[in-house]
Amino acid sequence: MNNYLVELNNCGVLRNHKWLVRGVSLKVSQGEIVTLIGPNGSGKSTTAKMSLDILKPDEGTNNIKKGIRISYVPQKISIDWSLPLRAIDFVNLVKKHKTSEINDALSITGIKHLIYEDVRNLSGGEFQRLLMARAIAKEPHFLVLDEPVQGVDYPGEIALYKTIQEIVKKINCGILLISHNLHVVMSQTDYVICLNGHVCCSGAPNTVIKEPEYIKLFGKNIDPTLAFYQHDHDHEHLPDGSIDDSGRDS
Amino acid sequence: MFDDFIVRAFAAGIGLALVTGPLGCFIVWRRLSYFGDTIAHSALLGVTIAYAMNFNLIIAVFVVSCLLAISLLFLQRRTSLPDDALLGLLAHSVLAIGLVLLGILSFIRIDLMGLLFGDILSVNFTDVLFVWIGGGVVLTTLILIWRPLFAGTVNLELAKAEGLNPDLATTIFTLLIASVIAISIKIVGILLITGLLIIPAAASRNLSSTPIQMAIISSIIGVCSVVIGLQTSMIWNTSTGPTILVITLGVFIITLLPLKKLLISKKKIRIVR
Repeated sequence: MNNYLVELNNCGVLRNHKWLVRGVSLKVSQGEIVTLIGPNGSGKSTTAKMSLDILKPDEGTNNIKKGIRISYVPQKISIDWSLPLRAIDFVNLVKKHKTSEINDALSITGIKHLIYEDVRNLSGGEFQRLLMARAIAKEPHFLVLDEPVQGVDYPGEIALYKTIQEIVKKINCGILLISHNLHVVMSQTDYVICLNGHVCCSGAPNTVIKEPEYIKLFGKNIDPTLAFYQHDHDHEHLPDGSIDDSGRDS
Repeated sequence: MFDDFIVRAFAAGIGLALVTGPLGCFIVWRRLSYFGDTIAHSALLGVTIAYAMNFNLIIAVFVVSCLLAISLLFLQRRTSLPDDALLGLLAHSVLAIGLVLLGILSFIRIDLMGLLFGDILSVNFTDVLFVWIGGGVVLTTLILIWRPLFAGTVNLELAKAEGLNPDLATTIFTLLIASVIAISIKIVGILLITGLLIIPAAASRNLSSTPIQMAIISSIIGVCSVVIGLQTSMIWNTSTGPTILVITLGVFIITLLPLKKLLISKKKIRIVR
């Protein structure tokens, strides 16, 4: 029965007499992208940390399959000035890789030219790409991405999400993705969990977007600038399984 | 060869500088610069206990340092106070305890100057052995725990999430510092050991672009300072420990000059050609 990489059962975290998040259950399997969305302070990062076993749940159980390789892209990392660290050293942080593997990972996220650059000279977006490259280089079974596109420019954002999808196909890993914007990640996601201290609603993206709980949190009217993206990404499948292109690129 | 006190001083100083280089880098990276001082403050308590109970001095200082290090780790995990506040809290309270105890046990006389500055010229052959064997164990251990320790220094949660054990590495690292300080306090004094931990690492930061480079250069700077400092102190007849530190300070000031830029620009010109 247990073929999940990671499974949370009714998990909650209690800090200072307050539940940061409670009653979260989720499962991530191989080759699947599960997305967590929710407003600030809704417990997305806390949930991610439970799935990585950095935080022990005060209630419920978290099971991680034994012996799997895990990569984590945290929401925030600050590198102290006193640390001399190049991009290549950062990729090698947890596990040492061959230079060719590092080059491949950096090319996938588009920063191959920065391999010997000091990490503190990178811009916010470049650093985010470096975090991603490091995570890919490990060829993980389970990948947790906590808001992986913050600070990345808009075209880069779409490209990075496409990259994430390619990674899943290539190394067939399971991904837990935290995003503030469902519309951008919609077409890449298999399952969505909408959090606000507890699970508001969950299901396939097309279903969740119609749930009253979701609409209450994120509003029904989509920002016109985002509508463009929804239009671009939310494609329909024809009965034979091919993608209906008629509505796109217009 | 080891009959000569100068040779023994060189051997002890060089051995110590080799170890304090890489250890000092981690102290600087983890913002624990005040840690050496804190442990040093606890040394008075260790020395008092050693005299009161007629116990081996190095072991007493080591035990007290370890207890202090463990309390620091405990406080770090239990409170949300920043490290420098915790270190200040521990340093001064442990010094106060030491002084109170010393007042109660009024029959004890401690040579405070000796404790502060040590005397590298009076080290005997056993001391040298202690430094080299102890130092060797410390360096080997540091190399073994390098990856989890370093990854945890960069980002604790990332290291934990990806299956390393940074907490264990941090505990071992803290004990390593406690033991180096305990070994060297009698030999070179508090001032020299804490200085040797911080200043070469700080100077090395100005010259290096990778962590391993910084650790190695830090050792080299430490060794050079010991060699030059010892010779200078003999020529000018100055006290040895402080002279060595003045030399490391001199090296630090030199590293502030734009040497690295000069080197890099030369390299670039070569590539262009």
